[in-house]
Amino acid sequence: MLRQNWWKILCAALLLYTIIMGFLGPVPALPILDETIRNLYFHVAMWMAMMITFIVSVIYSVKYLRSNRLVFDIYALEYARIGIVFGILGLATGSVWARWTWGAFWSNDPKQLGAVIALLIYLAYFVLRNSMTDLDKRARIGAVYNIFAFAMLFPTIWIIPRMVESLHPGGMGNPAFDTKDIDSRMRIVFWPGAVPGWTLLGVWITTLRIRLRLLEEKVTH
Amino acid sequence: MLLEVRQQYTFYGVLLYVASTIFVLYLAMGQPEAAVWKGLFWMMQLFICVNAVAKSFLQEGKERLLYFYSIAGARDFILSKLLFNALLMVVMSLVSLGLFLLMLGDPTSDAVAFLFISSLGGISLSLVFTFLAAIAARAQQSAALMAILGFPLVIPQLLLLNKISTIAFAEVQGGLSGMIALLAALDGMIVVLAIILFPFLWKD
Repeated sequence: MLRQNWWKILCAALLLYTIIMGFLGPVPALPILDETIRNLYFHVAMWMAMMITFIVSVIYSVKYLRSNRLVFDIYALEYARIGIVFGILGLATGSVWARWTWGAFWSNDPKQLGAVIALLIYLAYFVLRNSMTDLDKRARIGAVYNIFAFAMLFPTIWIIPRMVESLHPGGMGNPAFDTKDIDSRMRIVFWPGAVPGWTLLGVWITTLRIRLRLLEEKVTH
Repeated sequence: MLLEVRQQYTFYGVLLYVASTIFVLYLAMGQPEAAVWKGLFWMMQLFICVNAVAKSFLQEGKERLLYFYSIAGARDFILSKLLFNALLMVVMSLVSLGLFLLMLGDPTSDAVAFLFISSLGGISLSLVFTFLAAIAARAQQSAALMAILGFPLVIPQLLLLNKISTIAFAEVQGGLSGMIALLAALDGMIVVLAIILFPFLWKD
């Protein structure tokens, strides 16, 4: 199914829709946010795509531990990689957004710190993998750590930043996705357009990388 | 099984390390104010933990591990390790807390509450590092790897502990129980993950 073309065309169409509507579409005019609210289609959608790819990655890690087939390990690794890319992009778009709304690219906000910590934990996954040469061992320990890292995502991104005061929406008495913030005109771009669009792009990149990895394995063995 | 693990000769080494480091801190800093005191205290805990807990897996040779493998299952083994390291860290936390109070002064508003918090902190740090030491021991270059893996993973806990102790230092104490519950939940999650995942590390 993944060899077919329709979802790639869908991905390109959705992203095109997101970008055109993102820059030209109607948005509610809110104080402070003004036009930066358009970043919602990019920044928030990046984090959603990151979360989705990390979930896929951890599913493949569990599958690897259950079956010991190295293919699953490659899947888990590549999905974690694209997750990191989305994480870094999410951080970058977020800090651009913060520049115009909070006044600085970086303001040591709990949410920013949590996101950086989560990314560091995931980066350690690659360091851990590179420190081993034995394929099976690397795959097994990598899978164990990947599951652990995924579990640590919840306190670092979802729980702790919400318990302390934060400038970021979604904190104390400061909900994101409120009906006050975004209206139906934005929702119709965000949910059907931006989130699946970026996620599909991630899946596309990942499947290409997985195919490349599998070919490499074939050549070397 | 617990008695087996308990034959550790590193205990006095770590104890000496704690005492001498705090003494050096005292010579360097005198009696700092509350915020500095708190930061120093948790940093000390972190380094004590790296030193004491990391040894638990790294120092044991292949033969010893094989011996443990033959007499006990993986789950019992990791549970006993977790328990032992938690106890070790509680003792270490209490010793270092005592020395801190003795040498660097006492900025705590409620020493008994802080006693409880520091042992809780010691337990949670030891749980993370025990699991990491198990991972790092399977990959060869262990000591450096421990640091790389460990530091990002303990930042959330250290932040939480710092927050908790800030609340404990303050005269008005609000929201303490929520934070402590969160920390305990985090610890519980780590224990459950360790028990589920350790058998996979243990094979071969």
